[in-house]
Amino acid sequence: MAKDQRQTTKDQNKMSVLVFAESSEGKFKKSALEVVSYGKELASQMQTNLVVITAFTEDTTELSKHGAEKILIGKSANLKTADASIWADFIVAASNQENANIIVFDSSANGTYVAPMVAAKLQAGFASNVVTTPNSIAPFTIKRKAFSNKVFNFTEIKTDKKVIGLAKNSFGLKENPTESTVVEFTPELNEGKIKLDTVEKSSGKVTIADADIVVSGGRGLKGPENWGMIEELADVLGAATACSKPVSDLDWRPHSEHVGQTGKPVAANLYIAIGISGAIQHLAGINSSKVKVVINTDPEAPFFKAADYGIVGDAFEVVPKLIEKLKEFKAQNA
Amino acid sequence: MKILVCISHVPDTTSKINFTEGDSKFDTNGVQFVINPYDEFVLTRAMWFKEKQGATVTVINVGTAATEPTLRKALAIGADDAIRINTEAIDGYFVAKQLAEVVKNGAYDLVLAGRESIDYNGGMVPGMLAAILNFNFINACIGLDVDGSSVTASREIDGGKESLSTNLPLVIGGQKGIVEEKDLRIPNMRGIMMARKKPLTIVEPITVETTTASKNFEKPAPKGAVKLVDADNIGELVDLLHNEAKVI
Repeated sequence: MAKDQRQTTKDQNKMSVLVFAESSEGKFKKSALEVVSYGKELASQMQTNLVVITAFTEDTTELSKHGAEKILIGKSANLKTADASIWADFIVAASNQENANIIVFDSSANGTYVAPMVAAKLQAGFASNVVTTPNSIAPFTIKRKAFSNKVFNFTEIKTDKKVIGLAKNSFGLKENPTESTVVEFTPELNEGKIKLDTVEKSSGKVTIADADIVVSGGRGLKGPENWGMIEELADVLGAATACSKPVSDLDWRPHSEHVGQTGKPVAANLYIAIGISGAIQHLAGINSSKVKVVINTDPEAPFFKAADYGIVGDAFEVVPKLIEKLKEFKAQNA
Repeated sequence: MKILVCISHVPDTTSKINFTEGDSKFDTNGVQFVINPYDEFVLTRAMWFKEKQGATVTVINVGTAATEPTLRKALAIGADDAIRINTEAIDGYFVAKQLAEVVKNGAYDLVLAGRESIDYNGGMVPGMLAAILNFNFINACIGLDVDGSSVTASREIDGGKESLSTNLPLVIGGQKGIVEEKDLRIPNMRGIMMARKKPLTIVEPITVETTTASKNFEKPAPKGAVKLVDADNIGELVDLLHNEAKVI
């Protein structure tokens, strides 16, 4: 199709794909750039434009690099709130202005907070935990994770306006250098009704949500005093540390490190389980990870059935050796 | 304070997940159903408000008669009464609209729901419900206190937590932390006996146009066997992770 012809069709419909890219201290997290990359692919599939909405940031280079054609930057004072419904109003206003037919969110804490409110306000069908671009446009059906990552579900979104929540680490980053139009966006917004009193953030550490690699320890490590080697291994790999449910129940490690069905989900590139037997609830929480390694003394541990690589052996012997080998590897590949 | 606790009726976490009718329907054959684990945490918190602050606690489910044993279990844990909206739970928006109707008619101040259910994992009902009702909303809630109509709460964020303050009316999407796992309640015999006599009201659904439809399910391709590396040859693991898996 000739370029101008396509342009005409675009203008007639004037539809767009709208992506919410969250910035934190002026920087975009990987999950934000992942939804922008995804939005670009979706916009091409729908033959429409990608509009990215964000707030309180000056540097939009990364958004342009990942395919944003238009960037709306929110600056309203009322956005400085912990009230997700104000953010939802902000995104709904952008969606109306840009005539967005699809709005995409990531699966971060804030993405999952705001997305359902946007969907309800627009009476738009909402598919969360989506793993890929739609497998058909009319009807609009899309693949998502269900039953705690055990199966995939194909969901049809029947409304004209659609909301998609993209599962973390399911699409990856794709660069698509684009000349973007950047405009300020300051719709009238109410004052938030939820006040932020304090924030506690574990500083300097890689968080489980952001990590490409997660090193996780279980009851096989025998006690909290033995976590030094887990932390050292995580350090060498630039990984986040995590733990199984019994470990957090025993207070060996903070609850924020508990991964599994009722803990945090992990969708890392590499998940290393040390001294974790692999209960079904644990596996449900981590099986979206791409590559799984298990280190366990018991060759019958169920984790060996779920893992890609395994070492049958004593963690107290294997882990120090692994740290040493990784250090050598790093020195060679530096 | 009038509290409504939303209870999802879900397959037990260890259930085998299979499908029937051309992979379009979940196969309930031989599956044991339980209170959604996320909902158990908020239900236990509701019991605390009942015992310490004199709140009344109603549990609710959108579902067919098959979900009643799960509601009875919630009554056995200590809820005062139960409501079942007599329809299949078709999608998140449909469920949120049904619940909103009951919240409005019953003048509830606080609606507690688990952050997500472990079957469809939509994670959308609490937020949608808050938006429909124009109630305040806190998701991923890991701590909740109410004093009169003032609320203090904490919410899990990526890599930390926030402390928040707001007011009733409020919807909560809760999870572990709102109470600890060790404090979860198991129904005792007296609770089970009493639950039989507690009112379970059946409400007919309102008409809601559904916005999505679940088409079919697919199981992930079976995984290849684990590649074992000898404990005396750890270098091989590093090599495989670098050259084969390409993750380091």
